[in-house]
Amino acid sequence: MGKLVAVTLILIAIGSAIPILAHIWVPPADISTHGYQIDEQMSDTMVEAGICFLAAQIILAVFIWMFSDRKPGTKINAFPGGAKGLVIGAFLLVGTEVLALGFFGTKAWATIYFTPPAADAMSIQVQAGQFAFYFRYPGPDGKFGPLHPEKINEANQNIFGLDVDNDPASKDDIVTAEMGVPVNKEVRLLMHAKDVGHSFYVRELRIQQDFVPGLDLQLHFTATKVGRYEIVCTQLCGLGHYNMKAYLNVMSQPDYDAWIKQQATMQ
Amino acid sequence: MHDVSAHAAHHTPPQGFLRKYVFSVDHKVIGKQYYGLGLLAVMIGMALSWLMRIHLVWPNFAIPGLQWLSSAGAPGGVITPEYYLQLMTMHGTLMVFFVLTNVPFAGFGNFFLPIQIGAEDMAFPRFNMMSFWVTFVGFCVLVAAFFVGDGPPLSGWTAYAPLSALPGTGPGQAMGQTLWAISIAVFCIGQLLGSLNFITTTLDLRTKGMTLMRMPLCTWAWFITSCIGLLAFAVLLPACILLILDRVAGTSFFVPSNLVVSDQLVNHSGGSPLLWQHLFWFFGHPEVYIAILPAAGIVSHILVNSYRRPLLSHKAIIYCMMGIGFLSYMVWGHHMFLSGMNPFSALVFSFPTLVITIPATILVLIWIGSLYGSNLQINSASLFALGFISMFVSGGVSGFFLAQPAIDVYLHGTYFVVGHFHMVMGVAAIFGMFAGTYFWAPKMFGRMMNETLGKIHFWGTFVGTYCIFMPFHYLGLVGNVRRYSAFVDDYLAPLMPVHRFITIAALATGAVQLIFVYNLAYSRFKGKPAPENPWQGTSLEWATSSPPPWDNFGGKLPVVYHDPYQYGIEGSSGDYVMQNSPEQIQTAREDKKLI
Repeated sequence: MGKLVAVTLILIAIGSAIPILAHIWVPPADISTHGYQIDEQMSDTMVEAGICFLAAQIILAVFIWMFSDRKPGTKINAFPGGAKGLVIGAFLLVGTEVLALGFFGTKAWATIYFTPPAADAMSIQVQAGQFAFYFRYPGPDGKFGPLHPEKINEANQNIFGLDVDNDPASKDDIVTAEMGVPVNKEVRLLMHAKDVGHSFYVRELRIQQDFVPGLDLQLHFTATKVGRYEIVCTQLCGLGHYNMKAYLNVMSQPDYDAWIKQQATMQ
Repeated sequence: MHDVSAHAAHHTPPQGFLRKYVFSVDHKVIGKQYYGLGLLAVMIGMALSWLMRIHLVWPNFAIPGLQWLSSAGAPGGVITPEYYLQLMTMHGTLMVFFVLTNVPFAGFGNFFLPIQIGAEDMAFPRFNMMSFWVTFVGFCVLVAAFFVGDGPPLSGWTAYAPLSALPGTGPGQAMGQTLWAISIAVFCIGQLLGSLNFITTTLDLRTKGMTLMRMPLCTWAWFITSCIGLLAFAVLLPACILLILDRVAGTSFFVPSNLVVSDQLVNHSGGSPLLWQHLFWFFGHPEVYIAILPAAGIVSHILVNSYRRPLLSHKAIIYCMMGIGFLSYMVWGHHMFLSGMNPFSALVFSFPTLVITIPATILVLIWIGSLYGSNLQINSASLFALGFISMFVSGGVSGFFLAQPAIDVYLHGTYFVVGHFHMVMGVAAIFGMFAGTYFWAPKMFGRMMNETLGKIHFWGTFVGTYCIFMPFHYLGLVGNVRRYSAFVDDYLAPLMPVHRFITIAALATGAVQLIFVYNLAYSRFKGKPAPENPWQGTSLEWATSSPPPWDNFGGKLPVVYHDPYQYGIEGSSGDYVMQNSPEQIQTAREDKKLI
């Protein structure tokens, strides 16, 4: 039976690797300026993890094949080099790999989180609540009016809790259910949650960030390809979690200008 | 280590049914009680996973009788989206707490730790009884959530605040969520009592000659795990108490100000949802090792028996397990890379997470390297132990991805994570449980299990679990998000065939488990009577009858002369020498030169 285990292990190992090698299930094409670094990091890790996976499974299988079902009383032999060689090998190989992954991984992370957005980046406020995202644009004055949570009333369409009568900066604010952005323009997201934890995930943008109630978080990105992409919630937020989504609409600058003008008329 | 005659824990033979089988202070009965409770929990947990998988691919399928459990959650037997989340929460909670913690650690540990160190019982037998019954109460409180108000909570096994702290945030978030928090708090008390008992017993009740380094690897694993548990559950317990206070006493530990739920301003202020995440994951990551280290110890113990040779290094395994236990406290933030905590801290948490692969790799290399040149005996126990290595590797390599914050930006919250932790923590630990059961059932119940059925069970489980959990990784790569009751997003539609495949594999693999249950139940009563040492083992559990008498060694504690795994001894009467055999031997250990 040992030989059957060995063959099965090898078949499972190769069978598991085929979809990866054949690129059957892969992330969608990246549409951000920073995403290529994440993709490269993921590919490098896939190579390293893949080699470890295949090597371990195949060596395990080969040893099971060789050393199971032997004649009773067969003399046992020691692994050449003993434990010392394996321990040193593990430290050197895995240690190097870990350092390399850690080091290069830091670069990709730093690009997203340690580089501040450009001064002329466009600001959009995102509010996540059970079970929808809403977006607020500052309007022609470039200023967001203050929020008054006690004034939030979805029935009256006061999603953000604005006081347009008393706050001049709120008067021209534009609230939308879809996020329109111009292509190749840096966007700074100002994120807050209305009720419980949510998350903002756009696969194509290689962006995911939790909304944490009580915290105002920021994120910035530049979309490089015109198109319509799904924004989904990835933090369990209640019964409608699976249905909490919005769309990111990346448009040419003229299209965006027309879109935001049209949105302004609908307030 | 104590003098044998003076310090062994004595108690008189139990009298009467209740004292013998229910409120017993005998560690063996308590071990079996933990095992039985784990078995009950795993059957419920697996049934829940069936319901979840069916709902995901056939959302309109009416499951006969389910409406009886919840007429609102499953009207006419059809699972609603919110009920899916409730089932998922219960699945995760039952499996992590009442299966993965209960069986490999508390179950086998209770039964075998005192015997393997040559003691008559645990250091605190009454505490031991209490720890089980407290755990049992925790289990009942959790299961009660199915039958109250609008059912169990839907906030997942991680119960992130403020979803878990505010009663009005969804069905099950009222009484169900409170019961959840009480259940986990009670469970923590049971585990704290158990951990304290394990540590004291190991340090204080070892028989003559049983030095620390002569303890079998599974004893070491239980000892290290109890040290981890003592710290981890000591953090989760107050966290749950604070959560309960937020829910019932109006405090605001985890709820900040200005939240608006259903257009109503919530009357809380000043709390931090991130505090819950920190407290939860400070427990949650060590919990992974509470589940996997006992399984790793059990598997090491079984492998060395099946290889009929000592492992390449006994000490390296012990030091690696200690290293993993130590590092497990430095990595909790890798669950929170995207939580909005300072992005610099992500790098601080990422590094030890990657470093933890070094001791894990050494474990794997020693298991595989020791196989070289051995006389591998194939039986149900060794098959599951070998399967454990394979699963541990498969689940471990995906950790490379998730340990890096930049990659986590893409994979966090997807099925990739689900595949990763199910393989490395769930399936691997359950393989350890199965291996332990086939190996030790003869000792626990005095009857042999059926080997043919055991092997069929292995094949179905091994191939089946790969069919279920490997595709989870592929789904994650595409960006398939987890905890969704239906795949309404456009890009998820093409992935439905993969989900169908997984569901069919899950149903089939689940069905194979019935073979195990049958085998266990049948052999318990009708199996071939087990000899004292059916696997020609060397450690002390094989130096007493099957099952052992109430005081383990019939009133005379063994004296230990050898290291635990003296296999492959030339010139001895068999190919092994037991720990308590006074026979003089040339040591078979090969790690003398190491470290």
